[in-house]
Amino acid sequence: MRTLSAYVLVAILSWVGAASSQSIVLGLSKQEIGITAFFDGSEILIFGALKHQNEASSEGELDVVITIASPRIPVTVRRKEKRYGVWVNVDALEIDLAPSFYAVATSGPFDQIVSPASDVWHQISVQKMILAVSGPEKVENSEDFTEAVVRIRENEGLYQTLTGAVTLQNQTLFSASVTLPANLVEGAYTARIFLMSDGDVIAKHQTAIDVRKVGIERWLYNLAHQRPVVYGLLSLAIAIFAGWAAATAFRAVRG
Amino acid sequence: MGSCRNAVMGLCGHMYIYLPIAEISVNALVLLGLGGLVGVLSGMFGVGGGFLMTPLLFFIGIPPAVAVATEANQIVASSFSGVLAHVKRRNVDFKMGGVLLIGGLVGAGVGVFIFNYLKGLGQVDLLVKLCYVVFLGIVGSLMFTESLQALRKSKQVSASKLRKKRTWIHALPLKIRFRVSGLYISAIPPVLIGILVGILAAIMGVGGGFVMVPAMIYLLGMPTKVVVGTSLFQIIFVTAFTTMLHATTNYTVDIVLAVLLLVGGVIGAQFGTMFGAKLKAEQLRILLAVMVLLVCAKLAVDLVVQPAELFSLGSAGRH
Repeated sequence: MRTLSAYVLVAILSWVGAASSQSIVLGLSKQEIGITAFFDGSEILIFGALKHQNEASSEGELDVVITIASPRIPVTVRRKEKRYGVWVNVDALEIDLAPSFYAVATSGPFDQIVSPASDVWHQISVQKMILAVSGPEKVENSEDFTEAVVRIRENEGLYQTLTGAVTLQNQTLFSASVTLPANLVEGAYTARIFLMSDGDVIAKHQTAIDVRKVGIERWLYNLAHQRPVVYGLLSLAIAIFAGWAAATAFRAVRG
Repeated sequence: MGSCRNAVMGLCGHMYIYLPIAEISVNALVLLGLGGLVGVLSGMFGVGGGFLMTPLLFFIGIPPAVAVATEANQIVASSFSGVLAHVKRRNVDFKMGGVLLIGGLVGAGVGVFIFNYLKGLGQVDLLVKLCYVVFLGIVGSLMFTESLQALRKSKQVSASKLRKKRTWIHALPLKIRFRVSGLYISAIPPVLIGILVGILAAIMGVGGGFVMVPAMIYLLGMPTKVVVGTSLFQIIFVTAFTTMLHATTNYTVDIVLAVLLLVGGVIGAQFGTMFGAKLKAEQLRILLAVMVLLVCAKLAVDLVVQPAELFSLGSAGRH
């Protein structure tokens, strides 16, 4: 038991030692985003500083990559083909995990500051965040389906690549602002900051952003799922009342 | 943002509302406007207006399952608003409405079951659209030719046509006297019509008035005057039942979306009833027929023309 804890301690110390040549101090303009009835998207400012442990560090130019990701959930992608003169869904691919929202902000062109190996290892680009391995369906060209997810969600503003959106001052202070769209799904979002040098990740930091419905949005959502009969009756009561109110009002207007 | 890009009428203010069930943010003014427009048609023709509203909701990016379920709830409001005006004018045959309703409730139950089954297969969009094209096409062209003939020929001809219809309906048992409609016919045809319309209502997210109204006129031989009020009367109950089924099995009724649509809808329905009272029955029928055919043509073209995006995303694991 004692040897085990000693081993763990050594492991932690050596990890801290390795990581501490560069470290990241991070701030967010908001730690949580409340989806209210009038929610119209939200802007989030990510800022911080790079702490240089070793002044004589021989590292070259530094770059910063910031990602914001929603929780990853399965999604079904369907493809249409013309059959009997009509466009029909012919095959489908179940993608195991894909974020419903993903933004990558960089301080320079993505291809130049992130090596393919780092991208695979740390899952930085949106393509690497989409996991489509398993699935009993046999679909040809499964890449087409993954590309379709990226394309469709880019068009909806849900996947964003913000090249040059991170400003890095004196190789120390960085900041970026990311606009979260109005069609946001709730969940525990993750903000990650990668410090890059020569395409490699030399430090990283991760923090959570809580996105959740609040107020009447929360209440209605819970009611709909927990007490659907009450919710259904409430919907009907509102409908009947509105119908009656309009009819009565118009009768009064016409005399 | 999304709804702004697709805004149908160029109304693009800053009045955005987040829908708790659909989980998207929409422009409230666009929805109020759509509700009002469809409400006018609802009051004029005695149709719920769902056959127009549901495709429009798809178009502005509301998930189909939410659109169909919420539209049922909205139709409750516009039909209730419309029927009150007709009750006052004694244009509702409650007895006939009740018989149609028995079939309607059975049909709605079957329809929701079919809808949920197809959703699992990923073919629900296609089948909903095919249903639209087929039924709008048949009903629209039937109504159009019939009402053109009615406009040309005199009243005696249409009366003799009524007598012709009675012969086969007369042969069926279980006869009931419907005093308001001036009919003495078997209960079987109205119940069957009710079932068919109930199934359509649940699958297509419509009240079914566009099928119900012509069926009452041409199959049952009811006078056009009472058809609209009676159709609205039974639609209220069928759509209320459908709303409850969707709310408890799919959790897809979006109450905020429904309120936005029905505020516009109930006001529009009142204006529609006023306009409708000023038009002749044949003119009303021809207008409705033209509109049904237009929606049908639009949907048919969409099915045949290659879509800009061949891929579509759906939530996995929910069914």
